[in-house]
Amino acid sequence: MAWAWIGVTPFFVFALMFLIVPTLYLVVGAFQDPAGNFTLANLAQLFTQSSIRSAYWISIKVSLASATFGGLLGFALAYAAVIGGLPQWIRPTLMTFSGVASNFAGLPLAFAFLATLGRTGLVTTLLVTYFDFNIYSTGFNLLSFWGLTLTYLYFQIPLMVLIITPALDGLKREWREASAILGASYWEYWRYVALPILWPAILGTTLLLFANSFGAIATAYALTGSSLNIVTILLYAQIRGDVLHDPNLGYALALGMILVTGLSNGAYIWLRARSDRWQR
Amino acid sequence: MKQAKLGSWIAIIVGSLYFIVPLIGTFEFSMRMRRGEYSFAAYRVVFADPNFQATFAYSTVMALATIVIGVVLVVPTSYWIQLRLQKLRPLVEFITLMPLVIPAIVIVFGYLRLYNSSSILPLTASARSTDLLLAFSYVTLALPYMYRAVDTGMRAIDVRTLTEAAENLGAGLPTVLFRVILPNVRVAILSGAFLTFATVIGEFTMASLLNRPAFGPYLQLIGANRAYEPSALAVIAFVVTWACMGLINVVGRGKQIKATP
Amino acid sequence: MTFLDLSDVRKNYGSQTVVHKFDLDVERGEFISFLGPSGCGKTTTLRMVAGFETPTAGAIRIDGKDITRLRPNQRNVGMVFQSYALFPNMTVAGNVAFGLKIAKKPAAEIAARVEEMLKLIKLPHLGARFPYQLSGGQQQRVALARALAISPQVLLLDEPLSALDAKIRVSLREEIRSLQRALGITTIYVTHDQEEALSMSDRIVVMNEGRVEQIGTPFEIYNNPKTRFVASFVGTLNILKGTIVDPAVGRIVIDGQEVMTSKPVTHAKAGEACTVALRPEAATLYQSEMQEAATSSFAKDSEPRNRMQGTIEEVSFLGSVVRVRVRFDEHAISLDTFNNPSATPPARGSQVTVAFARDDLLMLEGAAA
Repeated sequence: MAWAWIGVTPFFVFALMFLIVPTLYLVVGAFQDPAGNFTLANLAQLFTQSSIRSAYWISIKVSLASATFGGLLGFALAYAAVIGGLPQWIRPTLMTFSGVASNFAGLPLAFAFLATLGRTGLVTTLLVTYFDFNIYSTGFNLLSFWGLTLTYLYFQIPLMVLIITPALDGLKREWREASAILGASYWEYWRYVALPILWPAILGTTLLLFANSFGAIATAYALTGSSLNIVTILLYAQIRGDVLHDPNLGYALALGMILVTGLSNGAYIWLRARSDRWQR
Repeated sequence: MKQAKLGSWIAIIVGSLYFIVPLIGTFEFSMRMRRGEYSFAAYRVVFADPNFQATFAYSTVMALATIVIGVVLVVPTSYWIQLRLQKLRPLVEFITLMPLVIPAIVIVFGYLRLYNSSSILPLTASARSTDLLLAFSYVTLALPYMYRAVDTGMRAIDVRTLTEAAENLGAGLPTVLFRVILPNVRVAILSGAFLTFATVIGEFTMASLLNRPAFGPYLQLIGANRAYEPSALAVIAFVVTWACMGLINVVGRGKQIKATP
Repeated sequence: MTFLDLSDVRKNYGSQTVVHKFDLDVERGEFISFLGPSGCGKTTTLRMVAGFETPTAGAIRIDGKDITRLRPNQRNVGMVFQSYALFPNMTVAGNVAFGLKIAKKPAAEIAARVEEMLKLIKLPHLGARFPYQLSGGQQQRVALARALAISPQVLLLDEPLSALDAKIRVSLREEIRSLQRALGITTIYVTHDQEEALSMSDRIVVMNEGRVEQIGTPFEIYNNPKTRFVASFVGTLNILKGTIVDPAVGRIVIDGQEVMTSKPVTHAKAGEACTVALRPEAATLYQSEMQEAATSSFAKDSEPRNRMQGTIEEVSFLGSVVRVRVRFDEHAISLDTFNNPSATPPARGSQVTVAFARDDLLMLEGAAA
């Protein structure tokens, strides 16, 4: 038995040193002023300081947009591949591609979208050449809120597909047949049986997508830089050069982020547990 | 139901366009370096760039270090949890989920505050020790995937029975671990390893804030200053990710073939 | 009066024929079983009646109305699935009420009907439970209630008891049958368990490889199997190969011993091979002629019995039944005798006579091979 405890010690020491303690350090620091005294002033400034407030607001908006659209579109794709009656090869192809695409984030993703939808990007120039239509003349700009959201979808949609597909698999064929033999149409089946069964998974995964987007930085950094001041970029700037002129404010920012992502993920886990209970 | 099928096709086609067009666009853009014609000039510039070679090599070494440290941490832990310490399982799983909840930037911020030059463990004091810190931060990042992969592999083999059988035949602990358990979870470890590799190669936030010459910060620098090379790099990054995923599939399939005589 | 009628129904998947020509007339209130091994087409046929599969040819009519092309939700047919298929997100009451809710019945009517149904399946207090809180047997009863709540014209059951424990199976089997009788609802029951089919049905359709082998009452199927498949699938049967000596009087030779059937042989000529079957309970064992004369009640019978001489190969004590295997030359037959505590059991290796009535030797049509 002693061997077992020795065996797991490195893991726990590592977790303590490089996961738990650093996080706690920031959390505690968020409640301290530079002198080390307890204060709630940092947290208050999250709400009162307009630059911080707007940063959170933009982050929330981007995350909400990419999570909602990612959730809907991801669901549509997963539905099409699993239930839509398409050829057998579509589903494994979609799954494999989603596995890759969900990892294709960060700077390369930003470069890819710049090369496609930037001012001299492929799609932009094709539309101008063949359809005489300049998307930039309509006010579209890749380096903007909607541009960033569109780019984020590239890893949000696959993530949704990967997570919701097992839930769709869990929809037993017999439920569809039982509802039909009891007189229900296809829409009534979805309304009374399938969606009620699926909504915890759908909502939960959307929340996961929200948290995922909230914590992302690299893509935004390369795409919109400091023109779209999301929380992660603000925190990055603060860490690099103390732009907020108050290190403890940085802790508060970090704490705020942990709360947002923690709550979303907690809700995701709770919803998944709920839906699992039904599926027994 | 016919209309459902049509809708499905539309969804798949639109989805495919959305995912494939940017890849084509990136590739096309990367070929545009020489005015008026398509060429691989951008790639040649990139590959010839000593910074590219240096940072890519650095990140590769980092990835390998991350994998080694990760395996050393995760495999014994998963083994002992399965065998003797089942009660600790929820705690361990919670810990491995934390990196998914706490954003990377927050984690590295914590490191900078905790392990800077004025702390008891000044890991940022020298370049080497910062490298170590970066490796640890990568391990943290990869922990959820690595643990999940290895744990699934451990669960698939009956760890308890294997251990008892080996001990019954006279094997000591090292023998059990290295010659019985490890070979059987090799596929799971490899899957986790490839995923870790793909994650580490392109990582930006941690490397940038810890000021290390990794591939991520190099990408950002190129992106800010050059026009066509970023696209070439994006294509390279995408190929590397595909290769890692492909290798995961290959090793996974190899195991299946072995299992059915 | 035929209530449910399947005429010339066929089903192909591409080039593979899964159900060959299927004809069946079902009376109102009849309990019909489709019996056969896996893959024989019984479930496919049931699903065609439900509307989940479309016949490649043929027609299905209920009460005179052709339903062959109707969608499943337009047929007013009830179905109980092997996996219960209760909706996990609804309570028991919600599940039972589902069909009525879809039909937009008023709430009061739905509530009354649900209560009635729950009483019928003897689970009146479980309305607020969820399926995952119920046992398998309870779930299946709820599934039954759900199917019956909409007052369907026909009730279909697809191996409803296969997923349950043996004891529950027996009690639920009886419950289903008595419920069906009380409601008088025309029912089709698919199963691979011959005991279920025999004990529950008014008539049985025995199927094999997409073909109907025989349709008849349980008594007919068991005692007068028409084909070798039916004979071997339903009950344990001894199958013997013989050669025809005299078709006109039904004389055949098995393993060098002459026996007679009660009817003339019509489907084969002298010298040809044939297949006969003998039920284990039809044969009696005698250890000597004296014993036979003393114990047999057939001694004064009009028709002489068949007798074959053989050696006891194996004696299996099964509790109330003793199964003896007697070997002739090529064949061995199993016969069952009741356990007799006051008599010595037959010994292995002893010479015995096996006697059976001519009526009990069943001539089988089909391949003699």
